[in-house]
Amino acid sequence: MKEKRYNWPVTTLLIIGTILILFPIYITVVNAFKTPAETAQSILSLPGTFTFANFLQAIEMTNFFNAFGNSLYVTVFTVIFTVLSNSLVAYAIARNMHKKTYRVLFYYFVSAMFVPFPIIMLPIVNQMSSIGLMNLNGLVLLYIVYGLAFNVFLYTGFIKAIPKELEEAAIVDGCSRWGVFWRIIFPLLSPINATVGILTALWAWNDFLLPLVILSDKSDHTLPLVQYVFQGQFATNYNLAFASYLMALLPMIILYLFLQRWIISGVTQGAIKS
Amino acid sequence: MTESADIEGGVWFSPFYAHRSKGTLKGEDRVLKKKPSVYFYMIIPALVLFFSFHTLPVLQGIFYSFTNFKGYGNWDFIGFQNYINIFQDDRAYNAYFFTFKFAIVSTVLVNVISLIIALGLNAKIKFKKTLRGIYFMPNILSILIVGFIFNYIFAVFIPDIAENIGLTALTTSILGSRDYAWVAIVIVAVWQAAAFNTILYLAGLATVPHDLYEASSLDGASTWQNFWHVTFPLIAPFFTINMVLAMKNFLMVFDHIVALTGGGPGRSTQSISLLIYEDGFAGGQFALQSANAVIYFVIIVTISIFQIRILQKREVQL
Repeated sequence: MKEKRYNWPVTTLLIIGTILILFPIYITVVNAFKTPAETAQSILSLPGTFTFANFLQAIEMTNFFNAFGNSLYVTVFTVIFTVLSNSLVAYAIARNMHKKTYRVLFYYFVSAMFVPFPIIMLPIVNQMSSIGLMNLNGLVLLYIVYGLAFNVFLYTGFIKAIPKELEEAAIVDGCSRWGVFWRIIFPLLSPINATVGILTALWAWNDFLLPLVILSDKSDHTLPLVQYVFQGQFATNYNLAFASYLMALLPMIILYLFLQRWIISGVTQGAIKS
Repeated sequence: MTESADIEGGVWFSPFYAHRSKGTLKGEDRVLKKKPSVYFYMIIPALVLFFSFHTLPVLQGIFYSFTNFKGYGNWDFIGFQNYINIFQDDRAYNAYFFTFKFAIVSTVLVNVISLIIALGLNAKIKFKKTLRGIYFMPNILSILIVGFIFNYIFAVFIPDIAENIGLTALTTSILGSRDYAWVAIVIVAVWQAAAFNTILYLAGLATVPHDLYEASSLDGASTWQNFWHVTFPLIAPFFTINMVLAMKNFLMVFDHIVALTGGGPGRSTQSISLLIYEDGFAGGQFALQSANAVIYFVIIVTISIFQIRILQKREVQL
């Protein structure tokens, strides 16, 4: 088909619509570079001179690199261990779904999707503090464990579609069940691993409530948590606040610019499968 | 199913225990004589952790909801007193009313807006990839930080503009209004959630065959009829998924509110999650808010089951 007539009215409307999406980001960027006096004159105008003073001050005040490091630590380790462990659990379940025990286990994990976090919130804080895990490692552990509900569901659907013949041939050749999983199944899981990895990364990086209740030490605070803690001090200096917000949002925006296709398809796959 | 059906590579797997058969076994399977099956080892650590850090807290929450525990110190059983108190608590009523009002309005708005954007993005447009990328972007950003940016827009920018153009109705911040602060929260929630729902609708629209469009346009069907009679029934399952997911997420609303109003003015925008968090931790109402959380849990499960029923009914129809 050689129909290359574009629908320009719709294109134009959609372009106008992006203003609504980009406006808050525009406000953030221009004001992050302005002085309070410039902002007072006009919120919308471009900065007269690009000053990095707001950024330097925000970095110092919020201890930005520490918070960035914490967020990165939590996200990286959560993603790695989630992908490795949740896929393994799902494999064991998917290959034994004909047995009652494993079917029960499957529903046990998956039904946790319906449990709202507030019911866990109060007891888990007491529990984590009694075992001394009110820190970044405790947070990583909780993300990995709580991710099981949804990820087991995603992975089992995918693994069930992989023919068993492959594995049986390898077993006959003397490969152990662990070897089968790591050498044959896990590599085949790449598309779903990417989906789980992306969804987990977005969750761990942007989450606010769990770090809020779990992280007791200030030096452990993640990026969203730091913005919350400093909100009171930012109130008097919006330019400083915007510089800080921009720095907190920027890592994800940059990643998105490069991995857009992957991220969109990952999120879509995750949602459709549910 | 008989045991023989479970033979895998010469090893018999009963639910957890593997028995060695007389086959020629090599590697790890040889060691598995009368020991738990290898699948058991794959699951057990995760199972223990999941039980300890998910199921146990849920059970504790239910347990404490029948006590007068303050989060520390001694406690006694008080039966259903907390539940009775919750039903007589104005703050709880207020939180439930606000949360449902917010969730229903946001769910409807998000679905209408996302469907419109998705239809646009699915048309023959230029810059398709770029536009799709921009419309999806809010999904990857932290709601809390986005909320802080909108806080500034509502509290400073809009009143500032309104003053300049002499629109007195908008010169005070909407966030300070008991009657309208919830609208600001809806706006931010819709701004962010529309991204995700749009992408899902796009995936749905991609499943609609193109010849269907052409057939109906040859019949002289108008665009609206085309959408209503051809497209919409085909993407109906996506409509249901979107409604379910959006509703569930909005009932849990927390970050938006912390960033915009903190639950105020007064308690006019305090959601259920926020109430449980604030009064459960700082208010010394651990037990009372546990009871609240149990009720909340029951409501979410009921709604989910109800929605899944509808979902399955629709799948049968298709």
